[in-house]
Amino acid sequence: MEVNEQIAIDHGLKKEEFAKICDLLNRTPNLTELGIFSAMWNEHCSYKSSRLHLKKLNTKGKKVIQGPGENAGVIDIEDNDAIVFKIESHNHPSFIEPYQGAATGVGGIMRDVFTMGARPIANLNSIHFGSPQHPKTKNLLRGVVKGIGGYGNCMGIPTIGGQTSFDESYNGNILVNAMTLGLVNKNKIFYSKAAGVNKPVIYVGSKTGRDGIHGASMASAIFDDKIEEKKPTVQVGDPFTEKLLLEACLELMAGKSIISIQDMGAAGLTSSSIEMASKGNLGIELNLNKVPCREEKMTPYEIMLSESQERMLIVLENGKEEAAKKIFDKWNLDFAIIGKTTDSKKIELLFDNNKVAEIPINILAENAPIYDRKWKKTKLPQKIKFNKDDFKKLKITEVLKKILCLPNISSKEWIWQQYDHTVMGDTIQKPGSDSGVVRVHGTNKAVATSVDSSAVYCYAHPLTGGKQVVCESWRNLISCGSKPIAITNCLNFGNPEKEKNMGEFVECVEGINEASKFLDYPVVSGNVSFYNETKDKGIKPTPVIGGIGLIKNYQKMMTMGLKNNENLILVIGKTEGHIDKSVFAINILNEKKGPPPEINLFNEKNNGETVLKLIEEELIKSTHDVSLGGIITAISKMAIRGKKGFKLNKLRVLMNKFDYYFGEDQGRYIIEIEPKNLSKVQKILRDNSVHCDEIGIVTEKDIVLDKEPIIHIDDLIKSNTNWLEEYMSK
Amino acid sequence: MKSSVIIFPGSNCDRDMDVALKKFGFKNQMIWHNNPTIPKSDLIVLPGGFSYGDYLRCGSIAAKSKIIKSVIEFANSGGLVLGICNGFQILTETGLLPGILQQNIYQKFICKNVHVKVNDKENKYFSSIKKEILELHIAHNEGNYFCSNDELKSLKDNSQIAVTYCDKNGKESEEFNPNGALSNIAGIFNKNKNILGMMPHPERVIDKSLSSNDGNFFFENLIKNLK
Repeated sequence: MEVNEQIAIDHGLKKEEFAKICDLLNRTPNLTELGIFSAMWNEHCSYKSSRLHLKKLNTKGKKVIQGPGENAGVIDIEDNDAIVFKIESHNHPSFIEPYQGAATGVGGIMRDVFTMGARPIANLNSIHFGSPQHPKTKNLLRGVVKGIGGYGNCMGIPTIGGQTSFDESYNGNILVNAMTLGLVNKNKIFYSKAAGVNKPVIYVGSKTGRDGIHGASMASAIFDDKIEEKKPTVQVGDPFTEKLLLEACLELMAGKSIISIQDMGAAGLTSSSIEMASKGNLGIELNLNKVPCREEKMTPYEIMLSESQERMLIVLENGKEEAAKKIFDKWNLDFAIIGKTTDSKKIELLFDNNKVAEIPINILAENAPIYDRKWKKTKLPQKIKFNKDDFKKLKITEVLKKILCLPNISSKEWIWQQYDHTVMGDTIQKPGSDSGVVRVHGTNKAVATSVDSSAVYCYAHPLTGGKQVVCESWRNLISCGSKPIAITNCLNFGNPEKEKNMGEFVECVEGINEASKFLDYPVVSGNVSFYNETKDKGIKPTPVIGGIGLIKNYQKMMTMGLKNNENLILVIGKTEGHIDKSVFAINILNEKKGPPPEINLFNEKNNGETVLKLIEEELIKSTHDVSLGGIITAISKMAIRGKKGFKLNKLRVLMNKFDYYFGEDQGRYIIEIEPKNLSKVQKILRDNSVHCDEIGIVTEKDIVLDKEPIIHIDDLIKSNTNWLEEYMSK
Repeated sequence: MKSSVIIFPGSNCDRDMDVALKKFGFKNQMIWHNNPTIPKSDLIVLPGGFSYGDYLRCGSIAAKSKIIKSVIEFANSGGLVLGICNGFQILTETGLLPGILQQNIYQKFICKNVHVKVNDKENKYFSSIKKEILELHIAHNEGNYFCSNDELKSLKDNSQIAVTYCDKNGKESEEFNPNGALSNIAGIFNKNKNILGMMPHPERVIDKSLSSNDGNFFFENLIKNLK
């Protein structure tokens, strides 16, 4: 077939991009070459709309071993141990085929981590669905959860945390972001940069089939009515093969034969081979007849663009082929020498003794388009003047019960009970907590991790929202007694060709960057997912932050459940009563406008570090950060976890009690302390200029609030746990 | 005491079992599924996971694997064989234990702590165990035990029902049955009680930092009985 402009456009390339390709090559590409360009130059692989802005991110720090640009980021957790971690989106495929889309998302991110030599030790996920009333939501949720569990459970990696939200902006575009952490010896990390000429290029893992062809291009396009037709572009996962691949790769990595290794993820053999060669400033020659194929008569085009899962590409030292093959034979996996590195600085493909493609690597990688897209700033919305008389009709306890059973607040146990969260025997804090925590096997250390996002705040004011998500992540790590080290981000946005969407992206990134710098909480890996748009409707901007913290002595880990009767409950951080954009305003008062709560980075850092100090001195019995639903929702969640009650003092501040209890001011924590330690705690807080309110005590089972009717903790537990269970069983 | 944990492709609780056995004093060795023989052992363990991807039916391919012949010989000569989760499924597939493990009644994978009651103490696994009700952990999609009426009668007549799901006080009812298992069965013996298959994972609850440490009672007792 002769390639022309229309065929290029059908491949998702723009007219100008096709012209640029012809210009750079000095000829028209053939179909295989065009396929390679379309795979390398799509948004998903080239970051052409985001690169300019991502460059500004704070990616450096004392603990950073590897920042963005590799398969995953790497941080130092002392004693020669390092954590490899990354989050990645699999949004488009999951909407088309929820089970396989989510499953292969989990499989892909795990490969990114073990490609670097790390054994995965924990998985997390952040999943976002349309309104619960939308006819597709229930099946999508069920499929995604089954897919995540199906893959992670079979791999034997615990899924220790996550986040689920519902919002009508996801009706036509759900989000499925998967994150993996792996543990590696810091002197045994593997990278994707190839080195040396005439080194064998090895293909290992599953055979190549026709699945997933053009997956990355599909992920770079908006959806229309015909999305069902795109089902064949979704890959099919086989976690069993991946488990074998994991063990085989780690066994090979224990020796010294690997020069570089790269998993075949988005754009399969194309992007993995080009990336290795590009980083090593080399050429690569592949004989496509040698690639193990699952189906007959596959063309070079199909082989290069297939996104079949569970495959890796390895550049080996000469002479190590036999020993390496033995390992893959043991694990019953394909092993084929399919090519070699060259000094041509080109990718050259052979098939049936013909050269079927020849492209200079730098054209594909460095010369990929970069766009400085136009974007629009979002103004800070006006503050809402709430009529406080309206509050008089409400009762705190009634509002609280309503909030606890809202889809976005209610317990997600129905979901995480379907994930194996205890395999590997080191999970010491399970899902449903501020962070998931796993021990570093055989040591006193533990790693805490959390995923967070707040699309409501980001939509109202992207700059503040971007800052807020980073702070929320930081707080969740502090709350379990860990010192936050670094983050990975998954930036889910609408169509970058629209100024408003692009503006949301630019300003969220700016906010993330500002908070990340101030908190010394660098971004070490991540992924961008644009075009989350169906029929002109985009999602709310949803940057997801995955954070990692270190607990040096896991005996000092903190949990959120209230512990003992008569213990005091304190609010750390100042409460101003910001209810614009709060759960209370949106869901109870039905007021959806207004600015999100302000972020004061100085207080954020100071309050967090002071709470850590209190934990270090063993003065705290339980702690939880204050987020959606304000102070009273936070205390209620602590009570629910600990199966305890609480009694709140009469308010001593001059503020409407609804503003106080339901306001979503940032930088706050609830802590439980023993009465005998009150003065010690107060001194530390005073010395660090941290504000605190003593607001109540822990009780056996009753929730007592001023003159309101007493409620039993079992009522709150019911309010909080029933919603999802009932929704899914209907 | 020597133990052997068999690793099938797809096993994923092998390391956890190794850690637990060693913690309680076993000299444990890991045996790859392609080994023709198993070294001399006092206990063989079939660990949890997804042997051979659990394709076809959970445990069915492992039940036809090369090494399983040695396991069967060992069991038939009276050796102790413990199958946890996927290991239990393999034992029913080999026919060493009666019945089958079907998909959970709610058709979901389920991961949580459960209480089980020790029903029989005339065996090497539970005699002189210090606690009658153990808080263990389950994580499976196919743990719904089922067998024929005759088989159930025979299990009961010969006290082969090892552990049953219950509440923390030992009350057995549907409410505390996590997967729909017949008669709340969580684990069973063969007639000679040298083979034990159970769905709960004692190896995941062996430390007070974990969700329970009742696995300690199981392993401490087991090694004591073997000495």
